Amino acid sequence: MHSVVCIKQVPDSAQIRVHPVTNTIMRQGVPAIINPYDLFALEEALRLKDKFGGTVTVITMGPPMAEAALRKCLSFGADDAILVSDRAFAGSDTLATSYALSATIRKIMEDMPVDLIFTGKQTIDGDTAQVGPGIAKRLDFQLLTYVSKIVDVDTEKKEILVERRAEGGVQLLKTSTPSLITMLEGTNEMRFGDLDDLFRASRHELKVWNREAAGIDAVEMIGLKGSPTVVSKVFAPRPRSKRAEMIEVHDSEPKNLAVTLLAKLFTQHPKLEQEIAKRA
Amino acid sequence: MSEQPKKSAKKKVELDPRFVNYRHVWVCIESERGEVHPVSWELLGEGRKLADALGVELCGVVICGPGERGKAICGEAFQYGADKCYLLQDDVLQDYRNEPYTKALTDLVNTYQPEILMLGATTLGRDLAGSVATTLGTGLVADCTELVIDTETRNLASTRPTFGGSLLCTIMTQRHRPQMATVRPRVMAMPEPEASRGGEIIEVPFSMIEDSIITKVLEFIADDTRDKPNLPFADIIVAGGRGLRTPENFQLVWDLAKVLGAEVGASRPVVQAGWAELDRQVGQSGKTVRPKLYIAAGISGAIQHRVGMDGADVIIAINTDPHAPIFEFAHYGIVGNATTILPALTEAFKAHLSQLKKVG
Ligand SMILES: Cc1cc2nc3c(=O)[nH]c(=O)nc-3n(C[C@H](O)[C@H](O)[C@H](O)COP(=O)(O)OP(=O)(O)OC[C@H]3O[C@@H](n4cnc5c(N)ncnc54)[C@H](O)[C@@H]3O)c2cc1C
Ligand SMILES: Cc1cc2nc3c(=O)[nH]c(=O)nc-3n(C[C@H](O)[C@H](O)[C@H](O)COP(=O)(O)OP(=O)(O)OC[C@H]3O[C@@H](n4cnc5c(N)ncnc54)[C@H](O)[C@@H]3O)c2cc1C
Repeated sequence: MHSVVCIKQVPDSAQIRVHPVTNTIMRQGVPAIINPYDLFALEEALRLKDKFGGTVTVITMGPPMAEAALRKCLSFGADDAILVSDRAFAGSDTLATSYALSATIRKIMEDMPVDLIFTGKQTIDGDTAQVGPGIAKRLDFQLLTYVSKIVDVDTEKKEILVERRAEGGVQLLKTSTPSLITMLEGTNEMRFGDLDDLFRASRHELKVWNREAAGIDAVEMIGLKGSPTVVSKVFAPRPRSKRAEMIEVHDSEPKNLAVTLLAKLFTQHPKLEQEIAKRA
Repeated sequence: MSEQPKKSAKKKVELDPRFVNYRHVWVCIESERGEVHPVSWELLGEGRKLADALGVELCGVVICGPGERGKAICGEAFQYGADKCYLLQDDVLQDYRNEPYTKALTDLVNTYQPEILMLGATTLGRDLAGSVATTLGTGLVADCTELVIDTETRNLASTRPTFGGSLLCTIMTQRHRPQMATVRPRVMAMPEPEASRGGEIIEVPFSMIEDSIITKVLEFIADDTRDKPNLPFADIIVAGGRGLRTPENFQLVWDLAKVLGAEVGASRPVVQAGWAELDRQVGQSGKTVRPKLYIAAGISGAIQHRVGMDGADVIIAINTDPHAPIFEFAHYGIVGNATTILPALTEAFKAHLSQLKKVG
């Protein structure tokens, strides 16, 4: 079984701050991490490998520094890693990104057939959840999004049975491989690599592919040229025109405060009073 | 992309000649087993404004199985603002599956050529939108919070949160059609249905044979919704944050909620600490809510929380810090300790309600 796991290196958004005056992102010192959702995809691929044997290849499209994210994946137990990196990819939207990643996977398939592609549910920066479906369509793989459980894999018959989170319930789906799975969060727990893995990861010869190596001739399909969406502006959320009306009473007795608030609330919003009375 | 927004959208970019005749605004009406997802009506409300701004028709697309009251759904869509509905009913469309639905929608787009296509950012909508946009080779903007028409260019300007919600960005698809966008449930207001409104139903045949479809739905296991909170549609929500400090103090939120007949909401740290279930998390990675009243106790008002509750009609905030960001957008603010103010509010509401009962 050969699984390809797509991962993205993202800024740790919990630590991103916005400059109060210029409204620009202050990236300095913000650590880059593996998109947390992608770890569920990687762990699931590793579990299939534990069960059926085979190979797990991790790929990412990104700047040279994304190598660190790939090494981390190797230390968790991935067998091989490819960094797809070229200035020509800069400015790619999801359509261009899925094009570049699908070309890369086609190239991988020239050496070894791929049974499953895994992606995360979405990223924490772009947050579109569009890249997985995009890759599946371009490669004509069966698309299985929001998978909460891989129930069964029949490697002989090339069949796979999964549970997929849908609106209002869970779909039990049967399909054949090759297929692309976007893994739901919280579905498994990432393993810790052992010392051997760590050692192997640090010495592993990572592949770095530029545009040509990834087999992409059509430059108009990647980067800004290949991206139909264009950002026209970036801005801070506007504050409401009015700050909150502060409820203060001089003796600051909580009871008086509450009564004052209620009086104000119900005078200014009489409908709300009816609404609450109706249900209480 | 937005990493380097140097390429300004202001610069006039010509529409590809292939698309100059694309007209009208479409909303994909999401239904599963005859149930329409409310986000579809919210989108029709928004679509109506866009169609009016462009002077074009608003059309619904209804894709479902033959036994699934497709015409009735079209009828409802007219009440919510659609002028026309395309109806595709076929055995292979009974349950949602990516392959036949993608084909159905892309064929329809290629035949009838809409300029805008919107879907709900649900598990179905995101699965379908990403596939359709890739197949058509057009742009798709995810999770928009605001959609307006740039009247000069007729382009759709889609605004969405970026970088974990700390900033907003406006994205346009200038050269391609349709311009696609998804919107999360409860982000847009629910329009009032007009019972007298009608429209035209266009039944479109769909030919795909079951044998050619690889993925099969073996079973649908409906969620057990008993005792599950339904925050997105709650009219009153009392929510607690990390400022409450202990799970015992969080109980005070429940006490007030009970008196008000309200649902209980929570900020992310509270959910992570296990004081409240994930279903109760309000915000960017939780639920989007639009209640008539939202009471936030011990919540700082971080942008990721705000995007989930900004649509509330009235927001009351209780916080010890007079400079807490939540006071920037709440309607009423109380600076003080939530552990004493929550019980006082509970008592005051209780007293007021029993007073009302006596009078009424
Ligand atoms: C703030 C912001 C807003 C944006 N909005 C839009 C938009 O509305 N529409 C649009 O088309 N583009 C948008 N983009 C561009 C988009 O983020 C990039 O194209 C990005 O390369 C991939 O999209 P994503 O981060 O949304 O990934 P998602 O589609 O959310 O990612 C899903 C999965 O795909 C895989 N994956 C994603 N990127 C890579 C990668 N580079 N290498 C390997 N695997 C990957 C991962 O497994 C990931 O879990 C936006 C970018 C930013 C920064
Ligand atoms: C990608 C991403 C997604 C996220 N998604 C969400 C989301 O969906 N929902 C969400 O809520 N957060 C989300 N967050 C987290 C968010 O950034 C904030 O960290 C979080 O909302 C803060 O929660 P809080 O207000 O309860 O806690 P804090 O920020 O710690 O605020 C506690 C507040 O309580 C006040 N306080 C302290 N003691 C008292 C007292 N005795 N009485 C009254 N007030 C008191 C303090 O002054 C403070 O303002 C997300 C973050 C990221 C990076």
